[in-house]
Amino acid sequence: MGIKIALPKGRLLSKTASLLQMAGWGMDGYHEQARLYHLKSRVYPNLSAKMFHERDIPIQVAIGNYDLGICGGDWVEELLVKYPSSSLVKIRDLDYGAGSLCMVAGLADISMDAIRRKAGRGTIRIVSEYANLAESFALEERLRRFSVFPVWGGAEAYPPEDAELALISGQNGDEGRVMGMRLVARVLDFSAYLIANRGSWGAKDLDRVVASICDSCDHLPANEEIREKLEIKKEKTYNIQRPEDGIIRIALPDGHQQAPMLQLLKKAGIEVEDYPSPTGNRRPDIINIEGVTAKVIRPQDMPLQVVNGNFDLAITGRDWLADHRYQFPSSPVKELLDLKSGKVRLVAVVSQELPVNNAANLRKFIEESTAPFRVASEYVNIADRYARDNHFGRYRVIPTWGATEAFLPDDADLLIENTETGGTIARHNLKIIDTLFESTACIIGNTRIKSGSTKGEKAGFIVETIRAAVEDT
Amino acid sequence: MRVQRCKGTRDLSPDEMARFRFIEEVFRERCLRWGYQEVRTPTIEYLHLFTSAGTLTPSMLGRVYSFLDWDGWSGERVVLRPDGTIPIARLYIDSMADRGLARLFYVTNTFIFEETGKKTRERWQCGTELIGVNTPASDTELIVLALEVLNNLKLKNVTLRLSHAGLIKALLERLGLNPEEQAKIFDRILDGDTKALAALGADRPEMSGILLPLLSLKGNSSGFLKNLKAISARSLPEFEPYLNNFIGVVRILESLGYKYQIDIASGAGFEYYTGIIFQLYSGREKIGGGGRYDALIPAMGGDDVPASGFALYIDRLMNLIEPAALRKPAGQSVLVKSEDDGGMNEAFSIASRLRDAGYTAELDLGSRGTEGTRWLLEIQGKPPKYRLRDMVESSQAEAQTAEEILTIIEGKSGNQDSLAQRATSK
Repeated sequence: MGIKIALPKGRLLSKTASLLQMAGWGMDGYHEQARLYHLKSRVYPNLSAKMFHERDIPIQVAIGNYDLGICGGDWVEELLVKYPSSSLVKIRDLDYGAGSLCMVAGLADISMDAIRRKAGRGTIRIVSEYANLAESFALEERLRRFSVFPVWGGAEAYPPEDAELALISGQNGDEGRVMGMRLVARVLDFSAYLIANRGSWGAKDLDRVVASICDSCDHLPANEEIREKLEIKKEKTYNIQRPEDGIIRIALPDGHQQAPMLQLLKKAGIEVEDYPSPTGNRRPDIINIEGVTAKVIRPQDMPLQVVNGNFDLAITGRDWLADHRYQFPSSPVKELLDLKSGKVRLVAVVSQELPVNNAANLRKFIEESTAPFRVASEYVNIADRYARDNHFGRYRVIPTWGATEAFLPDDADLLIENTETGGTIARHNLKIIDTLFESTACIIGNTRIKSGSTKGEKAGFIVETIRAAVEDT
Repeated sequence: MRVQRCKGTRDLSPDEMARFRFIEEVFRERCLRWGYQEVRTPTIEYLHLFTSAGTLTPSMLGRVYSFLDWDGWSGERVVLRPDGTIPIARLYIDSMADRGLARLFYVTNTFIFEETGKKTRERWQCGTELIGVNTPASDTELIVLALEVLNNLKLKNVTLRLSHAGLIKALLERLGLNPEEQAKIFDRILDGDTKALAALGADRPEMSGILLPLLSLKGNSSGFLKNLKAISARSLPEFEPYLNNFIGVVRILESLGYKYQIDIASGAGFEYYTGIIFQLYSGREKIGGGGRYDALIPAMGGDDVPASGFALYIDRLMNLIEPAALRKPAGQSVLVKSEDDGGMNEAFSIASRLRDAGYTAELDLGSRGTEGTRWLLEIQGKPPKYRLRDMVESSQAEAQTAEEILTIIEGKSGNQDSLAQRATSK
């Protein structure tokens, strides 16, 4: 019987690859430049692997798609804290990739008592990629009124103005990233973990594979990562800016959108300093316009932040605006300007082997199959709406955190994905059966900002300045 | 594709619904007679209503059904009601606070995630809340009301167990635990861990001389509590007000002839309890419970209003109801049949007459046998208009008018009581 293991991309990849090399697996395709996510072992003929975003791994192992997995203990706990009887067994701490989850605040008074008092008067906003752990923390601390905002990243950018607390993962060596924050509580210390599906662990012969990892783990070079180094610096606290102070707050995207955005802003005559930031600073300065501040956050998180009044303008994609709208149909957010760049298509993708070529075919195919139909996507609400609108019957939406192509054909039946050229899709032996819509970068704003107000005028001025630059191309 | 019921839910069949309604009707009747008024609160409430300290334990809060509403972009979450009492307290603060005393009752479902899906995630309970008063008599009123309901349901082997949250809290404080530890142990006891207190005593041998008698002994008279009061008078004076309250309750119960068992360590219930805790069992099955929760309404932002209440678990009671308690009155049901389509309007009108007269009249729509029916009434195309067959006595008669039919049926069936009237007349 075959053994399947889920291996991490990203942060843990290089160390996990060295571990597997020492274990002598002959997992040749597993390296930073990997172009294909399906891998086979040269040494163990029945051992195959797939690469996932770390966060997907505990879920994939728990639902039994994989027998084994390697990922950070943080994501294991994020699953188990909400679903304690998941079919997941923790096999072994692998002693590398150490980090800590820290609850941080930007407030001057950071005792838990002070936060509880504040929760008695209003809502404590907690921002995190670890929504379940953040909620569990809030319940354990008996915060009376709290909201957890799950974010895709950059949680440390939010306090103190846009959240009271952020639960962030601090890896050793990146103390600078959390500068200006104050540590409220250390929620979890973790390192990479070998995990197994409970059913597989009880029934399959995983012994040789597991033993080879454990033996090699014992021989890894002495662990020089010292957790204690993770000290959160305390010197700097930010002034909290009030929404009524007339200052325009702009959200700028992180990731690969940074370079084209910087170019566009420059063309519009808006000078931004330290963006993209080599040190990971998420508060770049806008030099030549008075009364404007900027923060760098994930485009995925922007619509929600704009409707909550944390930002007046945000540069995101129409795809994420649509995903937000599908979740919250009456949300007061609107597109102010199409930036006509970063064009992608949102497409429905299936395996080449599937005998369907459009949505109607697919519906018929689903009606005839017995297993629940699985739709994997980063765009949970768009995917859900697509499945609903096409009457897919009994379907499940599997949220993913990138590298969604890897899910087909074994771990999902349909993807809702964005693509520029279709190249990645073709390379993974997949085909596009439908195009949902085209998405470009855009500026969004809150519909509740009055157009006649000082703030409305200032925001309007910035949008018009950028519009001129866009139309000039 | 197979049609499936959602994991962790149950359907109620006609037979089960008959049991459900019987319980509900007995409960409503008793409550109304004690002067309680029925209320109903929404299925969806804000999550924050349940998260403040002193409401639900973190282990329960970790299992509530919560979600973002369609306009939940602010992150404010709503829940499917996980508890019956807190929404009533919210209702009281919202719109009834000027009344002072309120006697309220409700029949409601509550939702809690049960991970295996083997037990039901939607539970039904009927409960009462007595708000605005804090006396041993008010605690006793609730206990007696609950026992009367169970008695009218004809349940066997009902036992009453008493504990006292005030005593437990004072005890934990006395053990020198910090407030967080106290809250944790209290939560464990309330979650049903009967060994939590004893284990604590074992860790602290220096205290066990005083505590163990209190923890491990069970009593069944006010004498037991007076004994406790005697041994703790000097060493644990802070127990006195709680013991006095406790003694006040059991004295009234004793004078009314009710039996009870005192078991301080088994205080299963809710974190918001502050005074007497009572649990009701039928055999080994817990079928209800209640207690005093004086701190809940102030903690939720209301005035300093004391309150207490109880709930009976309908899902469990349904399995314990004796079929005899439910038996339908005989001779009440009439199946109305028309020989041809032309007689159908006549069938509708005679059936309507029968219903108004207090009988069950069912139209034969072509596919029904006579099973379970006392009378079969056939409408004929030619005079005499009606033929009435008695399915029990295998006799038949003919009639020309509705009055004649009613006379025949009345003569045979004796009484016209509906099921509801029968149930409540006891």
